[in-house]
Amino acid sequence: MNKIWLITKREYLTRVRNKTFLLSTFLLPLMIVLFIAGSILLSLQGKTRHRIAVVDANGYFKEYLKSDSSIRFDFSAGLDTLNYQQRGCTAVLIIPVLKEDQRTIYRLKYKKQLGLAGVSDLEGRISDAITDHLIFEKTSISREKLDSIRKSSDIAVLISFEDNGTTARASSQGLAYGIGYASGLLIYILTFIYGAAVMRGVMEEKTNRIAEVIVSSVRPFQLMMGKITGIGAVGLTQFLLWIVLIVGLAVIGQGLIPRDTWNEVQQMQQASAMGNASAAKAGEAAQQIFKVKSALDTANWGLILFCFLFYFIGGYLFYSSLFAAVGSAVNEDPQEAQSLMLPITMPVIFSFIVMSIAVQDPGGSLATWASIIPFSSPIVMMARIPFGVPGTVPWWQLGLSMLLLIVGFLFTVWLAGKIYRTGILLYGKKATWKTMLKWAFKA
Amino acid sequence: MDILQVRNLKKSFSEQIAVDDISFTLGKGSIFGLLGPNGAGKTSLIRMITGIFYPDEGEILFDGRPFHPESDIVHIGYMPEERGLYKKMKIGEQAVYLAQLKGLSKQDATKKVKDWFVRFEMQSWWNKKVEDLSKGMGQKLQFVITVLHEPRLIILDEPFSGLDPVNSNLIKDEIYKLAHNGSTIIFSTHRMEQVEEICDHIILMNKGEKILDGSVAAIKQQFKENLFSIGLEDMPASGSGDIDGAAEIGSQAFEVVGRKEGHLIVKIREGYGPNDVLKYFIGQGQGITGFMEILPSLNDIFIKLVEGTPLSRQFQPLTR
Repeated sequence: MNKIWLITKREYLTRVRNKTFLLSTFLLPLMIVLFIAGSILLSLQGKTRHRIAVVDANGYFKEYLKSDSSIRFDFSAGLDTLNYQQRGCTAVLIIPVLKEDQRTIYRLKYKKQLGLAGVSDLEGRISDAITDHLIFEKTSISREKLDSIRKSSDIAVLISFEDNGTTARASSQGLAYGIGYASGLLIYILTFIYGAAVMRGVMEEKTNRIAEVIVSSVRPFQLMMGKITGIGAVGLTQFLLWIVLIVGLAVIGQGLIPRDTWNEVQQMQQASAMGNASAAKAGEAAQQIFKVKSALDTANWGLILFCFLFYFIGGYLFYSSLFAAVGSAVNEDPQEAQSLMLPITMPVIFSFIVMSIAVQDPGGSLATWASIIPFSSPIVMMARIPFGVPGTVPWWQLGLSMLLLIVGFLFTVWLAGKIYRTGILLYGKKATWKTMLKWAFKA
Repeated sequence: MDILQVRNLKKSFSEQIAVDDISFTLGKGSIFGLLGPNGAGKTSLIRMITGIFYPDEGEILFDGRPFHPESDIVHIGYMPEERGLYKKMKIGEQAVYLAQLKGLSKQDATKKVKDWFVRFEMQSWWNKKVEDLSKGMGQKLQFVITVLHEPRLIILDEPFSGLDPVNSNLIKDEIYKLAHNGSTIIFSTHRMEQVEEICDHIILMNKGEKILDGSVAAIKQQFKENLFSIGLEDMPASGSGDIDGAAEIGSQAFEVVGRKEGHLIVKIREGYGPNDVLKYFIGQGQGITGFMEILPSLNDIFIKLVEGTPLSRQFQPLTR
């Protein structure tokens, strides 16, 4: 035991004292933020404005199809399917005379694709236009009345509650989705990053040719465990630093909110705790903050964080031991590693795909099974948990999943240990999973 | 009390038998040579003694008790042929770390490393990384790491490879000192002249089996061919067609088998002795300039015994 501790210390200190550690700890979240911001910016910018010429046999669409920032409708006279391009349009909409009680086909001829979203948007606008026209034709309602009715129907806000039997707590589906997806994604990314780090760490003894010297002082299993826990500790440290960073930013962010606004938020919180939401009194900013805060409060953070740590560590132990086994069998050539890694990376990627489905249907049977089997549970269960324990995820499912994960990593660590002890002393022979399993089971 | 006893040790890998029923005993404070061609099984044997491999059959007794790798490994120092150190790690720190893995406390290890560094004139290199060392420095460092924890059994696999004469001498002196202080040293090499010089005792392996086991002197006696070299003032001329003038010499006692500058190499026949050779030449009125027995070199013995080993055995890959 003592030797594992010595090795863990060395692995940890060697990596933490390295400049690249600090760099990657602060760079990675920065890159993720930039990536997200960048993709949002790009998607906003990328919206091209379509100019659609309209040839309308009915004559009333001019009234109801309004141009806006994404589509500009051109109702000029003399437009037809042959000259619309010269007139500067990218598509032409041909609407024949529409008859009641019939479904008439209207056509869109385009030079430039509108895309799936664009077409369905267009369909929506046309059908709204037809509805509007029929309303005005059949009823005597005025335009102003119709518009004001539309505006004032925004009088109800939905908040969903989870029925736990004794208590019901407010839950935010959107938030659960967000946290679930983010946690699952994070574990997915971290599994790859630290798994690869373990593999490279294990190869260190081979490439430095020091394996035999070390193995004459400690058992191979101790060396492997030392590496796994050392690198895992580095991962945890990085993770904790990120938490500190986020909390720090949040505190700074809160500090930037002006005093009065903050007081208003406090008042609203007190008011809602007493049962009446006096939203009308507070200002815009305070309302927004209040909304965000109450949404965040719906999540059971204690449980989520605890489970995240459990599944992060459990998933790490499960997968990194397999990465260690691969690293021990490889002979310095990173190409060999690629083909051996495949049986490990496949389940991880598969888990991620299942997770994306699970966040949309957290109670479904696919999500349930995938959150219990150790291969996929770290990623999938973390996606399900924010939706509510024990609501969406009954206690027995959580318990079984955790138990199986523990059994799972005990097994993979044992298996890896057997492969590792042979692999690190062997040079020159190309290993396949078949030979590696032979090492493990021939005892 | 013998430091190591190996009895009927066997080890096979899926393709061949690496160690086939080997037994021997090593006493304390001596220097043993472990010899054999490539593929003989030396490395597998060593790995079993150091607890890296487990034998299929047989037993190992360390200091009279059954060998228990976990606890006995601290008394063993091993310098493998495949030399390696963490390249990016500083050498002082690394030596201390490796000593700690052997069970030394940090203070103890640090002190000992410092002492050795001073002895080998390496103290100013404490903070250098391994990759910055010259080859000779690296070897010295490796040696220090191997013997730092004062092991009772030291196994050195080709310790002099790549060392210049000065450093070779340094290591050689250290080896003598260690043996003198009671450590037993197993020294594996292909360089026979070193073995003759340094070792008291040798074990020769071939194809997994033990072929020779004894002191250097005893083995040479065992394989001697009764060859002697006699220096003559007046070398007999070689006759045409005759081998080195053998026909010129009419003696039953010996035959001439070779000649060198001023010397004849003679082989004394069964039943005769060195005096008979001297008597003959003195009787001839020859002036004797020198006379000594030619004992076979270990190199010759090695080749003689091992010749005929299929080359393929050297290249069998080990699968475990």
